[in-house]
Formats: sequence, C-alpha cells, structure tokens
Amino acid sequence: MSTLYLQSVGVLGPGLPDWPTTRRILSGEAPYDAQVEAQPNPMLLPPNERRRVPRLVRWTIAAAHEALIEASRDPADVAVVFTSSSGDGEIVHRLCEAAASPAREVSPTLFHNSVHNAPAGYWSIGAGSQQRSVALCGHDASFAVGLMEAVTLVCTEQVPVLLVACDLPFPEPLAALRPIGASFAVALLLSPVPCRQALACWQVSIGAGAEATAIPAALPATLATNPAAAALPLLAASTRDAAETVRLTYVGGQHLAVEVRRCH
Amino acid sequence: MRPLVISHFATANPLGLGSVATLRGLVERRGALRRMDFHATPLETWIGRVEGLEEQPVAGRLAEFDCRNNRLAQAGLRQDGFEEAVARARSRYGANRIAVILGTSTSGIEHCERAYRERDANTGSLPPWFRERHTLNLFSVADFVQKYLGLQGPAATISTACSSSAKVFASAARMIEAGFADAAVVGGVDSLCLTTLYGFGSLELLSREPCRPCDAGRDGISIGEAAGFALLERPEPGSRGVALVGYGESSDAYHMSSPDPEGEGAYLAMRSALESAGIEPADVDYLNMHGTGTPANDRIEDRAIFRLFRESVVCSSTKGWTGHTLGAAGITEAIICALCLSAGLVPGSLNLERIDPTFSSRVAVAAESRDLRYVMSNSFGFGGSNCSLVFGQLA
Repeated sequence: MSTLYLQSVGVLGPGLPDWPTTRRILSGEAPYDAQVEAQPNPMLLPPNERRRVPRLVRWTIAAAHEALIEASRDPADVAVVFTSSSGDGEIVHRLCEAAASPAREVSPTLFHNSVHNAPAGYWSIGAGSQQRSVALCGHDASFAVGLMEAVTLVCTEQVPVLLVACDLPFPEPLAALRPIGASFAVALLLSPVPCRQALACWQVSIGAGAEATAIPAALPATLATNPAAAALPLLAASTRDAAETVRLTYVGGQHLAVEVRRCH
Repeated sequence: MRPLVISHFATANPLGLGSVATLRGLVERRGALRRMDFHATPLETWIGRVEGLEEQPVAGRLAEFDCRNNRLAQAGLRQDGFEEAVARARSRYGANRIAVILGTSTSGIEHCERAYRERDANTGSLPPWFRERHTLNLFSVADFVQKYLGLQGPAATISTACSSSAKVFASAARMIEAGFADAAVVGGVDSLCLTTLYGFGSLELLSREPCRPCDAGRDGISIGEAAGFALLERPEPGSRGVALVGYGESSDAYHMSSPDPEGEGAYLAMRSALESAGIEPADVDYLNMHGTGTPANDRIEDRAIFRLFRESVVCSSTKGWTGHTLGAAGITEAIICALCLSAGLVPGSLNLERIDPTFSSRVAVAAESRDLRYVMSNSFGFGGSNCSLVFGQLA
C-alpha cells in the first residue's frame, strides 16, 4: 500500500476543455456538453514549435501545463511519467506507409517525432527541465501502468511527479483494428506530502481479478474507448466528499485499487 | 539504492545466442556486423543481425504474438537457463510477485510494415493476419514475455528510444523498494525493421562501414538487434554475484535527436548514478559507453565522462561488436558489464584504429584483464533521455 496526494489536474477532451469545467461535470454541478471543443494549445512551447509539433505532443503538453499552472509549480521541478497505449497513430501510419512505398523515404523530423517519449522530450525542452522522465505503455491498462510508475517514483524517491496520459484515435486503416473513439489527455500532479491545496489522498494497492470502475454516467461511452480516460473514475471520486475505492484495469489479470479520500 | 542481485541473465545478440557466445566474441575480438542483408534495400550500411529468427516462429498457445520482435524475445528467453531460473523464482515468490518491465523502441512495427505492403487495393484495409495488439503495440513484448514465463505480477513496457532497457532497471528497483514486487524480470528487445534503418538513414547517422566508436574517422552507427533479460532479486546474507547498485536518470532539455553539446544531461545521469550507489568516481573501474559511433554522440559523451571522472576510469564502447541495438542496448550492455565484472575483463574497443585526438578520457582499445569493483553503463536516447547504471560484485 502506497500513499500519495493529488495536488492538481489538467484535462483535455471533447466537452472537457479544462479541469475546472471537468470538475463541475464530475461532481454533478454542471451538465456535460459535447459541443464544447478541446483546444490543445501547448503554450509552454516556443510559438514556432506550437503548430509544428505532432498532435500527441500538443495534447500532452497542453494538459500537463494546465496541471502545473494550477499548482503554481515551476515545470522544471517535477519528474514526468508519460503513458500512452498507442502513441502517435498518425506517425505510425505515415512510417508504415513509407516503408511500404517503393522509395521508402522517411523525413528526419517524422522519425525523431516517432519515439514514444517524444512528448516527454518536448516537455523537457519547453519546461527547461533536466528532471528524469519516462514513457510507458500497457495497452488497455496504460493509465494504470503509468500510475504504478508514478506511485513508485513518488513513494521511493519522495519527489513530486507529473503523470500524463494521452491517447488519440488512429487514422485508417489502423483505426479499424484499434478503435479509440475520442481524443483524451489528462495530467495529474502527485506529491509525497499533503500540501495545502491537495485535492485528494490516494492509497494504491494491487488487487486480484480484472475489475474496473466504469467512467461516470454523465460522460459519453465513446470516451471509455480511450485508455487514458481510465483516469476519469479516479478524478470523479476525488471530487466527492465520501471516501471510496476506485478500481482500474491493470495487467496480469489484476487491478489497481485506489482508496480515495478528499483532503478538504 | 539498496543493491539488487542479478541472479540470472540471458542474451540473444548479433555475437550469438547466450552469454558464452557473447563473452567469446568479445574475448576473441570477433565483430558480428555484416553488410546490410535485411530486405533488399539500396542502403549502404552494416547491421548486426540475430541468426535463425526466420525459422523460429512463436507457436502454440502464444502463436498470436508471432512477429520478428517476439521471436527475438523468445530466442533470448531460451538462453542461459533463464526460463528455469524464473520458474524457480515463481515457485518461491508467487507468479504475482514478480514484475516484468521491458524496453523496446519499435516493438513489432516490422509486422505492421509487412501488413502495409499487403493493404487491400480497393478498400485500403490491412490483411486479416495482422494483429495490432500482439505485435505493433509497444506493450506486446512485455505481454508476451509475461505470459511466456507464466507470471501475473506488475508489467510495463518502457519506451524511451535508446535508453529504454537501461531505464527498466531503475523502474524495477523502485517497484521492489515500494513493495509491489519481490523480484523483477527486466530487459529489452528491439529487432531490425525498415522504420529504424530508413529513419536513421534520413538523419544521415548510418555508417557506411562497421561502426567505429571513438575513432577519429567514425562516421555513424551500425544498427543491430538483440534481446536480453535479467532477473533482479533482493540479496540474502551470503548472496554472491553481480548486483545493480545504482542508477541515474536525467533529461537533456535540448533537442529531440541531437544531444546537448555540453553533455550536461549525460553528466547529471552519471553523477546521480554514483550518488545512488554511494560511491566516488574513482571507485568505477570500467565505463561501458553509450558510444554509438556518430561524431557528435561520442565527442559529447567523452566530454561528460572526463568532467566527472577525469582520467580515473577506463572506458570503451562495445557497439563495434554488436552494433547499436537501440531499445535493447541498455540490457545488452548491462549483460556485457556483468560478464566483464565476473571475468575481470575490460573488453576494449573494436574497429578503433586511431582514438579521436580531441578526446580527453582514457579510451581502452585492447582488452585488459584486471579486477573490477564497479562498472558503469551509459544509455542515451532521442528526446534527451539519459540513464546510467552502476553494477558491482556482492562480496
């Protein structure tokens, strides 16, 4: 059992343009409105980079930055754990198209942007951060796999960790085999100590059996097809006053059980 | 960190299958690079290839995982009595108390490349034999290895380009320290594919000859493929053998594919690895460099090593033997470090005719026999992802 504190949140998804709006929806204070578009604006990056970077990087950095602004925290101070089930599907598609073409030509920028840790790399450059970062994948359990990495970092190194999860729909023909119905990114600043503005205290353990708490009923079912959206039940519980246990799909036929307690 | 004993390890790399073939290749100074013969391509480069994968499919209950990357993983798992060692650990700790944390940069993308060559001419759809989850997805390799070994504990794929299978040691150490596992299978698998060959080609980083790390005339990397695995456990009183004693991680915060010219990130990773091990620079007797063979990488690493160690450490890159095995480089060179610690061997360098005269560090050219207390292994990747590991002997 490991204990950590949720300090701040960044969110980006259809109808979920930021954390304040998302929090009101999750706590039942406001209705969900699918018409509100997410605007992934990676303000942390230099202006000339913002448009050029891959979509996955834009989404990730925009969500990550929101969490740090909310916590009034210097981005150069936190370790980063990035997790994604499928990385940047657009880039995979273009690389495989190139490999299947007669000339097989790949652009150098496309290639260096293809690494799974591209969002972490751009983050470190934008934030001027030489802190450690890691990029992980756990297929459908990618959020829980990232959470486990963040929990072990927070608890053993006693450092604040920014956990960022993002998945975007694949283009065709890969989309037919790996349907991800909506874009979603979430960033969670996790801390080993209960700071003043902490939202919730989480105690994380591994449980037997592949159980998972469903995403809140107010949200559309298409969101549930995005592995990063596994964070939403955890965030919903973190907005409620009553303590509860949220279960997340993990690997090896197990689940993560997170006991959530509000701090205020 | 508290040391973790590497109780068993297994390797399949261009030098051969298993630790004996690997050590023999190092000692006999027999490089494993060959002219590009993977697919018919006009690329003028040399590669390190593992023999026989074409004839060894993943079959039986795990057949849906069959692809070059998981074949390579399987070839690695079958070496050095590793499966048996994990089976013993499984009965001792329980299947759910052993983590599987593996690195890869491209997983089974080669399988996806093949599928794209067979797209339906009318609809553009992929052929029915293509299985995204079991091949292309980065988690595929950890999923496959976990099921192959009959384990049910924590699992993850770490994909941070060429530092992937070094960083697995750090993550596993934290997982054991935090109490989520009693032992861990760490490692990495990366296999040849057109994506990396043409990608590094587009960056003009491929050598036209067998790569020559630290040589004055070095002109790029030779891409290799490899699988490697290590079983990490808490030492017991009287435990002997090689142990992971420290790790350090950092980010360059400089550029996606070029290393920071000042080598600050590399320096920070090495320094924090020494701090984590609780040792001084002078305690390290051999440093296995990332040493890819590109002009910039080796120059910057030399500068960072000299800044931290001055002339106290002997260093070299072993990529002249194996090529750069990318996401498997960390584990392949960790295993080389373990073999060198046990054998009392500084392997020196291969294909090195004249040490770059601008270098300040002590680069070993020939092999040397000497007692080694601690060795360090460096792995640096795109995105400025750096990881240094320290290994030592348990007394």
